[in-house]
Amino acid sequence: MRIEVQSAPFDLAALLNGFGAGAGAVVTFSGIVRDDTGQMVALELEHYPGMTEKALTEIAVRARHRWNLLDVAVIHRHGRLSVGEPIMCVATAARHRAEAFAAAEYLMDYLKSRAPFWKREIGPDGAGAWVEAKGSDEDALSRWD
Amino acid sequence: MDVLYFAWLRERIGEPKERIETSAGTVRELVSELAARGDRHAAALSDLSAVRVAVDQELADLDAPLQGVREVAFFPPMTGG
Repeated sequence: MRIEVQSAPFDLAALLNGFGAGAGAVVTFSGIVRDDTGQMVALELEHYPGMTEKALTEIAVRARHRWNLLDVAVIHRHGRLSVGEPIMCVATAARHRAEAFAAAEYLMDYLKSRAPFWKREIGPDGAGAWVEAKGSDEDALSRWD
Repeated sequence: MDVLYFAWLRERIGEPKERIETSAGTVRELVSELAARGDRHAAALSDLSAVRVAVDQELADLDAPLQGVREVAFFPPMTGG
């Protein structure tokens, strides 16, 4: 299992080198900084050092047990990221693809609403608006109860 | 006890962290004490439906007890991923 919270870019190919030995399926998801406003120059991510790593580890451990995963990885970046840059990724390895897909979706749903990150959209004038949590993200979580 | 603020709560209060002496028994009592500290605190903590809390780095609710707790953090709903 690998959990990383970092400002630096990550290398997905390097992450997958040797990941999930013995698995029949590896699923990866990458989140990319997207411009929803049409005038965003960057995204700024704040997090809660200490708690972030704990929360991600807890989520990953729960996923690992629920689907009997062979391996799981979560990398999440913080700091200032440009539009188009990878912001985070999850990887899951399981015997079969259904488990690997489901576990990846579970990880993403929990990350959205339970990992202590906050995003701010920075415009061309340098001012930023905090991204508000969506009710749909909270709804997505309830399907795993 | 250390009290931490993140995102717009940090901006409204003007500090990321403060160290306070308190005898508050629950998070809710701590919020009342903090809100009485001044306009900035009162404004930041006025709508508790928009505020989440972690006690010693675990998500908690307003009724969480504070005995023996070292760190309480207040922040808006999270937006990771």
